[in-house]
Amino acid sequence: MALKIVKGSIDRMFDKNLQDLVRGIRNHKEDEAKYISTCIDEIKQELKQDNIAVKANAVCKLTYLQMLGYDVSWAAFNIVEVMSSSKFTFKRIGYLAASQCFHEGTDVIMLTTNQIRKDLSSPNQYDTGVALTGLSCFVTPDLARDLANDIMTLMSHTKPYIRKKAVLIMYKVFLKYPESLRPAFPRLKEKLEDPDPGVQSAAVNVICELARRNPKNYLSLAPLFFKLMTSSTNNWVLIKIIKLFGALTPLEPRLGKKLIEPLTNLIHSTSAMSLLYECVNTVIAVLISLSSGMPNHSASIQLCVQKLRILIEDSDQNLKYLGLLAMSKILKTHPKSVQSHKDLILQCLDDKDESIRLRALDLLYGMVSKKNLMEIVKKLMLHVDKAEGTTYRDELLTKIIDICSQSNYQYITNFEWYISILVELTRLEGTRHGHLIASQMLDVAIRVKAIRGFAVAQMATLLDNAHLLTGNTQRNGICEVLYAAAWICGEFSEHLEDPMQTLEAMLRPKVATLPGHIQAVYVQNAAKLFATVLQKHEGETDSQAAQETSQLLIDRLPLFVQSANLEVQERASCILQLVKYIQKLQQKNVEVAEEVTALFAGELNPVAPKAQKKVPIPEGLDLDAWINEPPSESESEDEKPKAVFAKEEPKHYRSRNTEVDEKELARRREVRKQEQANNPFYIKASPSSQKVYDAPGVEHIPVVQIDLSVPLKVPGMPMSDQYLKLEEERQQKEKAERKKKEKKKKREKRGKGRKADSGPESEEDITPAQHVDIVTEEMPENALPSDDDDKDPNDPHRALDIDLDKPLADSEKLPVRTHRPEVLKSPAEDRVSESVPPETKKKSSKEKKEKKKDKEKDRKRSKEEKKKKKKHKEVEEELLESQPEEPVQSEETKEAAAPPTSTSAEASDLDFWLSSAPVPPAAQEVTVPSSAVETSSAAVPESEPDEPKDTEPEDTKSSKHKKKKQKKEKEEKEKKKKKRHHHHHHHGEAGGEDSVQNGTVEEEEPLPPMSNYSVLAENSFIKMVYDIQGNHQDESKVVVSIIFENKSDSFLKSMEFNVLDSLNSKLQRPEGAGPHDGLTVPFQLPPGVSNEARFVFSVQSIVMPQKLKGTLTFIVKSDESSTHEKLDFKLHFTCTSYLITTPCYSDAYAKLLESGDLKGSSLRLEGINMPFHHLLARICFHHHFSVVERIDSCASMYSRSIQGHHVCLLVKTSDQTVSIDAKCDEPSLLGNVLDELKQTFSKC
Amino acid sequence: MIKAILIFNNHGKPRLIRFYQYFAEDMQQQIIRETFHLVSKRDDNVCNFLEGGSLIGGSDYKLIYRHYATLYFVFCVDSSESELGILDLIQVFVETLDKCFENVCELDLIFHMDKVHYILQEVVMGGMVLETNMNEIVAQVELQNRMEKSEGGLSGAPARAVSAVKNMNLPEIPRNINIGDINIKVPSLSPF
Repeated sequence: MALKIVKGSIDRMFDKNLQDLVRGIRNHKEDEAKYISTCIDEIKQELKQDNIAVKANAVCKLTYLQMLGYDVSWAAFNIVEVMSSSKFTFKRIGYLAASQCFHEGTDVIMLTTNQIRKDLSSPNQYDTGVALTGLSCFVTPDLARDLANDIMTLMSHTKPYIRKKAVLIMYKVFLKYPESLRPAFPRLKEKLEDPDPGVQSAAVNVICELARRNPKNYLSLAPLFFKLMTSSTNNWVLIKIIKLFGALTPLEPRLGKKLIEPLTNLIHSTSAMSLLYECVNTVIAVLISLSSGMPNHSASIQLCVQKLRILIEDSDQNLKYLGLLAMSKILKTHPKSVQSHKDLILQCLDDKDESIRLRALDLLYGMVSKKNLMEIVKKLMLHVDKAEGTTYRDELLTKIIDICSQSNYQYITNFEWYISILVELTRLEGTRHGHLIASQMLDVAIRVKAIRGFAVAQMATLLDNAHLLTGNTQRNGICEVLYAAAWICGEFSEHLEDPMQTLEAMLRPKVATLPGHIQAVYVQNAAKLFATVLQKHEGETDSQAAQETSQLLIDRLPLFVQSANLEVQERASCILQLVKYIQKLQQKNVEVAEEVTALFAGELNPVAPKAQKKVPIPEGLDLDAWINEPPSESESEDEKPKAVFAKEEPKHYRSRNTEVDEKELARRREVRKQEQANNPFYIKASPSSQKVYDAPGVEHIPVVQIDLSVPLKVPGMPMSDQYLKLEEERQQKEKAERKKKEKKKKREKRGKGRKADSGPESEEDITPAQHVDIVTEEMPENALPSDDDDKDPNDPHRALDIDLDKPLADSEKLPVRTHRPEVLKSPAEDRVSESVPPETKKKSSKEKKEKKKDKEKDRKRSKEEKKKKKKHKEVEEELLESQPEEPVQSEETKEAAAPPTSTSAEASDLDFWLSSAPVPPAAQEVTVPSSAVETSSAAVPESEPDEPKDTEPEDTKSSKHKKKKQKKEKEEKEKKKKKRHHHHHHHGEAGGEDSVQNGTVEEEEPLPPMSNYSVLAENSFIKMVYDIQGNHQDESKVVVSIIFENKSDSFLKSMEFNVLDSLNSKLQRPEGAGPHDGLTVPFQLPPGVSNEARFVFSVQSIVMPQKLKGTLTFIVKSDESSTHEKLDFKLHFTCTSYLITTPCYSDAYAKLLESGDLKGSSLRLEGINMPFHHLLARICFHHHFSVVERIDSCASMYSRSIQGHHVCLLVKTSDQTVSIDAKCDEPSLLGNVLDELKQTFSKC
Repeated sequence: MIKAILIFNNHGKPRLIRFYQYFAEDMQQQIIRETFHLVSKRDDNVCNFLEGGSLIGGSDYKLIYRHYATLYFVFCVDSSESELGILDLIQVFVETLDKCFENVCELDLIFHMDKVHYILQEVVMGGMVLETNMNEIVAQVELQNRMEKSEGGLSGAPARAVSAVKNMNLPEIPRNINIGDINIKVPSLSPF
C-alpha cells in the first residue's frame, strides 16, 4: 500500500502540471489545436487513475483549457471527485474547476449536495470558505433549498471570514430559492451591525442588491441605514448605502428631506470622488422625488450642478463621463439648471472620446427648446459630416431624429426645415437607419397636413434622383427612404406640380433593382398617380395626353409583372389589366378619371402604436374556442399539402403587412367607415382634427411669410441652413409686429400630446411657421387604459418581492437538514418514520412543478409537525420559543412566540423616525416604548395591515404621554382586532391556503370560503369546532384540533377534556395518567375569546369511520358566582380524516394504476351545479386529495392514508352529473371515503 | 453586481476569465473577442467606462476597465456598482497581485492562472465584492497557501523539486516586464 503511494507520487513527477501545459502550448504556436488535443487525451488518461493528486492535477489543467474555450463538461464527474478530496489543496482545485464550468444544467450537481454540506460544516475555515465561494458560482434551486439552512447557520460563525462569505452567498440563495428570504432576513438584518466591518459590508451589499429590485419592502430599514451612514467610515459601505437611499427616496419623499442635509455635508467634506459622485447622484434622486412638493431646494440643485460642472471640466475623462451621466438625471426634472451649461455640453460633443460624446448627445435630447432646436441640430449635422465610423454616425442620426420628434414634435416650429433635414440625412452613406428616416417622413407627412405640399415636392425630387441613393449597393439601407417617398407622392398626389414626371420616375426600369417591398409600393402608388394624371388631363380635356399616360403604364408595367416578388407581381398584373381596360374606355372617349380616382379615395388617419393591443375583447367572444372542431389526427395527414400552403401565406402577409399594406389598410378603413356610417349604433368620431385645421385664426398664422420660392433643391445640397436664417428673421419680424400691435393672441392648444406650458416662458412667443396640425393617433373605443406589459416576467427578482415586515408564519422555515426533506422525523417520539411514497422519492428529478409541490407539501405538513420538529435544529431557536413538550399544544403559545418584529411596530417606527426631529439617536430612543406597547398586543399582527397607517404615530405618541382616556380607547381597539383576527383564522387562513395548495385555483373565479372545522358541540357557554388530521410520520396517530369559543359573558376556566376510548381509538394521555382521566385544556377563556387546543389520538384500523363519546367540563366564573358546567359531544373520525394530501406525479400515478393492486369502485352524483374547479377544490379541501392532472372537465386525484393506502379518483363531469371512479388497495376504506364524498356534496 | 471579470493581454489572449453568469464556452470566447475589440481600440487617455457590448449585459451594464502595460483588466458591472468604486477595486486587485507575486508581470498570470483565481476569490465572490482591504486579502491568501504547503508535506516534495528544476531553465522568461505603473490612480480617491 505504502509502496503504491510512493510509486504514485513518483509517477506524478513526470506528469505535466499546469505550468508544463502552458509552456507546451506556447511552444506549439503553429499547431496549437493539435497539441491541445493530445494534452486532452493525456488528461483523460490521468483522470482514470486512482491517485487523487493526479486527478487534481488533470482537473487543474482542464480549468486552464476551459479558459481557452474548450468545453470540459465531460469531466464534470471527475471534478466532483476532486472536490470531495479531503485535502484542501485538491478541494480548492476541484471547486475552482466547478465554479468555472458548472451551471444549472450540469446534472452531476445533484451529487454534490452532501459533499458541500460536509465542507460547509468542516472545522477548517478554509474548507468552508472554498465551498462557499464555489457554491456562489453554481448554486441551483435544489442546492439553495437543501443548503439554505446550513448557510444560515454559518452567518453566525465565529470567524468573520466565514460570516462575510455566508452573508454574501445568501443573496444567491434568495435568488434561487425565494422562500428562504423571509426566514433568513432577521439574521441578515442583524449582520448589518456585525462588529466586523467586512461582514457589515457584505450585509449592506446583499440588502442593497435586494432593495434595488424591490425597494418598497426595505423602507423600514431606512432608520438603520441612516444610522450606518452617519457612523460608517468605510467608503465602500457608504457608497452602497447612499445608492440604496437613491432607490428608496422615490417611495418616501419624507426620507429625502431627511437625507438632504447629511448628504450635503458629505459632499462638502469628503475627499473621495467616488463617494462625492454617489452623494450627488442620490441628492439628485431626492430632488426628483421632491420636485413636486418642495420648490425651495434650489440651493441643493445648484450645488449638484456646480459640482457636476467641476467634474465635467476635469481633465480626467472618467469624471467627465460620470458628470455628464449624472447631469442627464437632473435634466429630467430640472432642465433649466442644466440648460445653462449648454456651452459645456456642446463642447463635449467635440471630445475625442466616444463614450463622452454619446453621453453629451443624451443630454442634448433634454436641452432643446423651440428656440435652440435648429441651432443644435445644425451642429449635430456638422458632426454627422465629420464623423468617421458608422456606429457613431448612426447614433448621431438617431439622436437627431429623437430630438426632433420628441414629445410629439413639440419643439419643431418649422416642419419644412425638418423635412429638409430628413432629406439631407438621406445622403448618409451606409447607414442602417433608412427605415427610421422613412418612418419619420411618413409620420410627418401624414400628421402635419400643412406640410404635405412641401413634403410631396421634396419626395418627388428624391424619386427623381433615386439613382443617387441606390447607385451604390453599399447604401442599401437608405433606399428605404424611397419607400416613404413613393408612398407620399402617391397618396398626396394632388399636391404634385408635375405628376406625370414623377410617374415616369417611378416606372423607370432601374426600379426593378429595389427590394421587393419597395417595388410593391412603387407599383401601387404609380396607380394612384395615374389616377391623378388622368383627372388632370380630363379636366383640361386633353384626351391625347391621358391616353399617352395609359400607354406609358402599359409599356412599363410588364417589367413588374415578371417580378419574382409575389406582392409586386400581383399588384402589377392587377393594375396592368385595369389600365388596359381604362385604355379601351378612353379609346371610346368615355370619361373614366372620376371612377379611377374613386379607387383611391379616402383620408388616412394615423393609428396609435398600441391601438391594436387595446381593442377590448367583446363580451362573449372566446378567442380560444374552435370555430370548427379540429380534424382528427388521421385526417390531418391527408391534408398536409394544404396545410403547408396555408402556413406559408400568413408568413408572406406578415412581412408585407407592416410596410406595404398602408394603402390596403386605408381602403379597408374606408370600407369600415362606410359600414360604420350605415350602422346606427356606431358613434362616429368627431372630426376634431379637421376642425382645428379650418378653425378661424389659421389665416392669421403667417404661413405666407415663408417664401415658398425656396427652391426645390437637388438632393445633395444642404438646404436646411437657410431655414435657420429665415427662422431668425421671422422671429424678429414677429417680435416687432407684436410690439407694434401689443395684442396678444392666445395660442390654441394643438394636438393632444403637446404640453402648452412645458417650455421656458420666452418660448411662448414663438409661433410656428406652419400651422402644425398634428393629427392625434387613433385609438379604439373602450380602449383599456392600463398596460403593464413592461415588466419582464422572467426577472428572477420578481420572486423576491416579498414583504419582510410581516412576522414569520409557522409554516415559513428553511428545510432542515435531513436525508430527504419530505421525511420529517419526530424525534420526540423516537420513531422510525416510514418511507415516503415511491413517487416522491425521485423528486430530485428536474421539473419545477414538482419542487413547488414539495415545498407546498412541506409547508402544509410543517403546520402539524411544528411541535415535533421544533427541537430538531437551530433554526427553530430563532423562530419559536420553547414550548411545553406535552402533546397538547395551544395556539396561544405559538403566536406569542412570533418574532417581535411585528408590522405595526416597524411601520410606526419608520413613520415616527421620518416625522420626528432630524436627530436620529433621539428618535430611536423614543421608538422603544412605542414598539413595546405594540408587542404587548402580539397576538394581533395579522390584522394589522387593515389599520390606516396614519393613525399609528398618533397612537404611539399618545401612549407615550400616558393619557388614560386614550389608552382605554386603544385597548378597546385591540379587543376588536383580536376578534377580527380569530375570524380570520378559520376562514381566511385555513381555507385559502389549502385550496391554493391543490393548484386548482388558477385564474378561475374565486372559490367560496371553505372551512374544515365542523361543529362538535355547543351550548350557551361554549362552542367547540374541530378538525382531524393525520400525518405521514405516524401511521397510527391523528391530531384533533378543537377551537373553543367562549360565547358567554363570563370567564371560563379549568376546562377538562375527556373521551371514552374505544378498542380502536384512544386519546393519548400523558404518562402516569389513568386510562379514564381527562386532559386539562391549557388555557382559560375570557368572554368572547376563542382558542385552539390539539389532542392526539392513536388509532389502529383506519378502514372504518369511528365515533367517540366525550365530555368537556369547565367552570364558568362570573363576578358573583362560579358554576361547574358540562358539555357532551361525539367525536366523529371519518375515513377522510385518515387521508393526507400527498402530491403525486402523473407518471407515478399511471404506474400505480397499472400495477393492478388496486380495487375499483365508483360513484355518481346528480344535480351538482357548481363549477368544476370548485368541485375539485372541495374534494381537495374536505377530503385531503390533490389533483394529479386536470384536462377540461376531467381530473385525476390522489391521496394517501396515514397507513399508506393509495386512493385514486377519476372525476368527470358533464351537465350537473359527476361521476367518480375510484381505486384503492383497501376496498372498505374506499367505500367509506366514497360515502363521505357523497355526503359532502349532498350538503350543497 | 459584477457580471464578469476578464483579463486579457494587448493581443486579446485571455489570461483569466471569470463569469458570474453562465455562458457556454464558445459564447465566452465570443464575449472576450468582442470586449477586446471594444477596449483595444480606445486610446489610453479616454475614459475607462464603456457602454454597449451587445453580447454581455444590456443597457444596465457597463464595461469598466483598466489597462496596465500589456494587460487589460475588464469588469462588466450593472448599475448597482459605483463606477469609480470598481475602478478602485481593479487597482486593489492589481496591487494585491503585485504583493502576492512580488512584482507581478504578465508571465505570472500566464503560468499561475489558478493562483490568480484564488486571489480573485478573496476579492469578489459570486459577483459581489467581498473584501476591499488589501492587507486582509493578502493575509487570507497567504494563510491558504501556507496550508497547502503543509498539506503537501513529504509526498509533495519530489514534485516541487521537479517543478523547480523545470523552472530553472526558463531563459525565455524575462522577469523584468512588470505590469507597469500600477500607481496610476483616480485622482483624489482615498483608498478604501
